[in-house]
Amino acid sequence: MRVVVVGAGAIGAACALSLSEAGAEVVVLDRSGVAAETSSRCEGNILVSDKAPGAEADLAIAANRAWRELAERLDADRAAGQPATEFEAKGGVVVAFDDGGPALERFATSQRGIGIRATSVEAAQLRELEPHLSEAVASGIHYPDDAQVQPSLATQAMMAAAQRLGAQLRLTEVVGADHAGGRITAVETADGVIAADAVVNCAGPWAGTVAELLGGRLDIRPRRGMILVTTPMPQRIFHKVYDADYVGAVGSSDAALQTSTVVESTPAGSVLIGSSRERVGFSPTHTLPPIVEIAAKATRLFPFLADTMLLRTYFGYRPYAPDHLPAIGADGTVDGLFHAAGHEGAGIGLAPTTGELIAHAVLGTPTSIDPTPFLPTRAGLGAVA
Amino acid sequence: MSIHIRFDDEHLVGRDGQTIAGVLLGSGRRSWRTASGDERGIFCGIGVCQDCLVTVNGIEGVRACQREAHDGDLVERETR
Repeated sequence: MRVVVVGAGAIGAACALSLSEAGAEVVVLDRSGVAAETSSRCEGNILVSDKAPGAEADLAIAANRAWRELAERLDADRAAGQPATEFEAKGGVVVAFDDGGPALERFATSQRGIGIRATSVEAAQLRELEPHLSEAVASGIHYPDDAQVQPSLATQAMMAAAQRLGAQLRLTEVVGADHAGGRITAVETADGVIAADAVVNCAGPWAGTVAELLGGRLDIRPRRGMILVTTPMPQRIFHKVYDADYVGAVGSSDAALQTSTVVESTPAGSVLIGSSRERVGFSPTHTLPPIVEIAAKATRLFPFLADTMLLRTYFGYRPYAPDHLPAIGADGTVDGLFHAAGHEGAGIGLAPTTGELIAHAVLGTPTSIDPTPFLPTRAGLGAVA
Repeated sequence: MSIHIRFDDEHLVGRDGQTIAGVLLGSGRRSWRTASGDERGIFCGIGVCQDCLVTVNGIEGVRACQREAHDGDLVERETR
């Protein structure tokens, strides 16, 4: 059974790993390289804190558990010279300003109902968790299970693990597909035709375009997200700290610029400051407004950041579906074609369970996750965003 | 002419006009910052990479490769 995976981002690498582990012959195609786009232009979030009860939260809870075992395995098995995934179970602290406390508390209560650990913390405890947090923050919720990886390194580690099991990686662009009797039989690339028993589309924000090239249909769109990086410093931020309005920004379909403060430190000493959501297609221009707004809001959360120097900024295109759920499973129109895309800002976190669901869809391996809500054939994917 | 600086608890001697990184390298050091257990020091040497940061006279985040060493400077290691 040969499976062609299109895209070597976190989702493609996780699918390649799951499929290889299940015994498939896997060929991964990417036009630029491993983690060359969205998966190296994000924060490496593995969050449960931002998920409201529902299908994605269930997927995130399972993925959060899976990452602990996966990161340990990837780090233990790595080749000489290969960096670690930098998995850190640092925990998240979500804070509310002004009168936002009750709404945040209600959100946390609903999450506790599905088994997410969420501890309410008052001002004094907040200072213990985050000594440099603004005095203006009155209350918050501590989510001990929030974690993070260095996303590019983690993606490369998953890809390397798949390659050790026999998966091949080819740098080439998909240009079309061959079909016979309603079934996909090969992928046409810039460098030739690759016969396939199944094809998995993991092209992130380009998954809609790739679906069309492969004869299928998938409504996935790009959303630009900006991140600021400070110069390295001694550690002053100990968790992933974010403003409760982040939850609303991710779920929104508003086209206008939305920013919400997410602040954390990395093992190298830099502080990463996010986040923004803009529907500007694949435009790389006019990035100053989100940078200015993110910087201003971050200093509201951590006043010391006002005197910190930025080293650089970067942005990535988050793939999102009209109903804000990832699309994982069979195309429904073209036999043998599968999709795993549309994870928005949660692709790193949801990668292991996405791989599990794809192995289930393609090879019939067992899964403990209900695949139904994520099927690309669901009604919600046809909705107007 | 020589200048005298302190690096943490040590007394180092450099030449007038040397950068702090120059004095540290001249004293045989290859790294002087710790980030999550990893040793960092000069990487680019031209003020871009921010790997050689030290605290100088209480001011944090000073690029050792760009800051000229002055007699009496108190230089401290930064640890993340």
